[in-house]
Amino acid sequence: MTQPFKQHLIDPEICIRCYTCEMTCPIGAIQHDDNNVVVDAESCNFCMDCIPVCPTGSIDEWRVVKTPYSLEEQFEWEELPEQQEMTDTAPEAEALDPAIAALLEEAHKGAGGKARAPESAAKPTINMYTIGKPATATVQGNYRLTDAGAETDTRHIILSLEGQTFPVLEGQTIGVIPPGVGADGNPHLPRLYSVSSPRDGERPNFGNVSLTVKREEHGVASNFICDLNPGDGVQVTGPFGATFLLPEDPDARLLMICTGTGSAPMRAFTMRRERTVGQKSGGMTMFFGARSPDTLPYFGPLKKLPESLLKTHMVFSRVEGQPREYVQDRMMAEEDAIAELLGDVKTYIYICGLRGMEEGVEKTLTNIAESIGTPWAALRDTMREEGRYHVETY
Amino acid sequence: MLDLINVSYDTQIPNNVGLSSDKKVLKALEKWHPGYINWWNDLIPQQFQQSMVYLRTAVSVDPKGWAKFDYVKMPEYRWGVLLAPEVEGRMIPCGEHKGQPAWQEVPGEYRNLMKRLIVIQGDTEPGSVEQQRFLGLTAPSLYDMRNLFQVNVEEGRHLWAMVYLLQKYFGRDGREEADDMLRRSSGSEEAPRMLGAFNEETPDWLSFFMFTYFTDRDGKMQLESLAQSGFDPLSRTCRFMLTEEAHHMFVGETGVGRTIERTCQVMVENGITDPYDINKIRDLGVIDLPTIQKKLNLHYTLSLDLFGQEVSTNAANAFNAGIKGRYQENRIDDDHMLTNDTYVVWDMEDGKAVQKEVPALTAINMRLRDDYTRDASGGVGRWNKIIAKSGVEFALKLPHESFNRKIGVFSGHNFNPDGVIISGAEYDAGIVQWLPSRADGDFIQSLMTAVTEPGKYAGWINPPKVGIDNKPGDFEYVKLHMA
Repeated sequence: MTQPFKQHLIDPEICIRCYTCEMTCPIGAIQHDDNNVVVDAESCNFCMDCIPVCPTGSIDEWRVVKTPYSLEEQFEWEELPEQQEMTDTAPEAEALDPAIAALLEEAHKGAGGKARAPESAAKPTINMYTIGKPATATVQGNYRLTDAGAETDTRHIILSLEGQTFPVLEGQTIGVIPPGVGADGNPHLPRLYSVSSPRDGERPNFGNVSLTVKREEHGVASNFICDLNPGDGVQVTGPFGATFLLPEDPDARLLMICTGTGSAPMRAFTMRRERTVGQKSGGMTMFFGARSPDTLPYFGPLKKLPESLLKTHMVFSRVEGQPREYVQDRMMAEEDAIAELLGDVKTYIYICGLRGMEEGVEKTLTNIAESIGTPWAALRDTMREEGRYHVETY
Repeated sequence: MLDLINVSYDTQIPNNVGLSSDKKVLKALEKWHPGYINWWNDLIPQQFQQSMVYLRTAVSVDPKGWAKFDYVKMPEYRWGVLLAPEVEGRMIPCGEHKGQPAWQEVPGEYRNLMKRLIVIQGDTEPGSVEQQRFLGLTAPSLYDMRNLFQVNVEEGRHLWAMVYLLQKYFGRDGREEADDMLRRSSGSEEAPRMLGAFNEETPDWLSFFMFTYFTDRDGKMQLESLAQSGFDPLSRTCRFMLTEEAHHMFVGETGVGRTIERTCQVMVENGITDPYDINKIRDLGVIDLPTIQKKLNLHYTLSLDLFGQEVSTNAANAFNAGIKGRYQENRIDDDHMLTNDTYVVWDMEDGKAVQKEVPALTAINMRLRDDYTRDASGGVGRWNKIIAKSGVEFALKLPHESFNRKIGVFSGHNFNPDGVIISGAEYDAGIVQWLPSRADGDFIQSLMTAVTEPGKYAGWINPPKVGIDNKPGDFEYVKLHMA
């Protein structure tokens, strides 16, 4: 079936037909007749060069469509058509293709109900690039995050999308399409990865994003990604995800619980805050679990952050000579601090990592909530409804 | 390596032409700079000089960086020298040198012709700022005031652009011409601006909107044809100016449109169906459509005069030399040399207007004027849609190009707006219906009172559909300085 996608359009009622956009478009996707200036959905690659040069604001119009409006239709318009109701998409759709939407729903199901975005979150763009029309990213860097001798190989991958528009928010995911075909003879489907860089890029305004990827034995996508070299091209789709997002409200207090590569969105959140409100914010607390320090991604950089920005609890389950400690154990030890957070309506909880962590964390939160006389299930449902409780596990 | 995309601020003059390593030109520009600032400071009323205006400034000439919006005091606006990026391997697109590499220096044989074109273009830029200097005092909203000032600072920047070319490529002569740009003044007895339309005053906001729609559109057409120039620095300069010029067209088209929309709205609300019920409409504090038609007639025909003679050897020479192309030269499917082509132009024969074919090379002005008329009629169509949507029965139209002309074959003849030649007596009797009278001007003037509360608009004009830089309706586009 045809996947819905975002189509770029020009509002004919506002446009003054100066053709500045047409002259600016580097790929000739914009054309005009005596009536209207129009964008060819076939060729537009969302580079956005035409947006700032437009004197009227008429160029910044988008419709989610299943069948793009043809040039002929657009030439005839006297006004823009309304956004058609997409019967199979909810208002906060995480993705427009059913396959991706199902994957995200599965990842978010630990929240115990339909997730909602924080009220003050920026409006995410979804499904700009699809399997049929992916973007091509160029690898800028591939760095091993875990120590050379460590048993796991987790990598920090930097992808450049410079010159293309790929508006991705912290907490959103992108799809990476491994080349080749699977056992069934069909091309590989995209695998989803949470971005670990903030919206303005791994390096501000350099049009790049970073991913945190752990090499899995026999993993088609993870091995493909972990073996990438700078300069290699990668087909990506997305962005996806419309709920696991950072509140823009600087007073929001974040409680982040993660293991392993589940730290990716937390890193993005932290960098976003560091670059915007910095230490003048409601603060962030992170419980980060790994087997040992040498397998904990971003171990070094994390230790350098001031506590007023991010208070970090690193929890290790396999350190010789020490008892095994899991995130829920440390959370229990920090019971008072967490209880105080749970009682504050400005608190937002994010849980990300392997599915196995859910049960223990949930149990601990239940205990702590009850210690302050609140049934956890009810509190969790309220927080979720208010966009303050987010789970993404795999 | 020299960074030719991002604007460099290492000299007093922001630029992307490497001024800091071009000492001679830098010195000339720095010498010219204080005169420019004095000109600006003497021109715009003091209270606006001190106000914070939400303007866009270019921080680079690529699409991502050329429209950064922020509050700035106008005298601190970063006027600078900005050229569109060089296109590698660019060729001269037309004339006898077609296909040769574009010139990076002025060829000696074309020096005077080129200088004259640049001087004429440059002279219009400060001229329009002078014409509009008092409009801030009667702005119908802060939004409109901001748009006026944006137009003004960018016209100022366009003067910089031309002055840079003069000083960089025309030596002593060029420096003198640059100084003369600040010596001449719109409407002055001793040293008027070079073109007639730039010596007429812009007395009210409807005139301003008509001016930006019709007269700035002539500017756009001239810039379009200079953007085709074989002299690459001129081409690159004009290409960047065009992106700014688009905003001026926007101010004009939407300004007139919002005025019309308000008139129709008030007519409908008060049950007036006859657009010629002028007194009744005026009593409601809006500008009647027949008066808007008269303003249109005036500004369109004044602007047609800017295209010069229909048949012109100067224009032929400029095209043939590759100094000036045609509108969208690169999209025209011909030999780009016009060796055997013809073009239909107007002429007067035995007291009658006739159309005849002449060598296309000599009809470059006429062709550009035709392109202009086509371009200008688009907005008129949009205005008529606004009227039709309201249910009022009236249609605006461009008058025939023979009407009210002072330059070209029609000058000295009496044509009515339909292009019919008439007697002097008939012309004198009709003129009050065709062109704005003093009384019309006085009426419009009576509506011109400043509205300075954010989000509020004078009663004769509607708010815009979309704010500048997507700002909400009550955005404070100008933070007025209260002395």
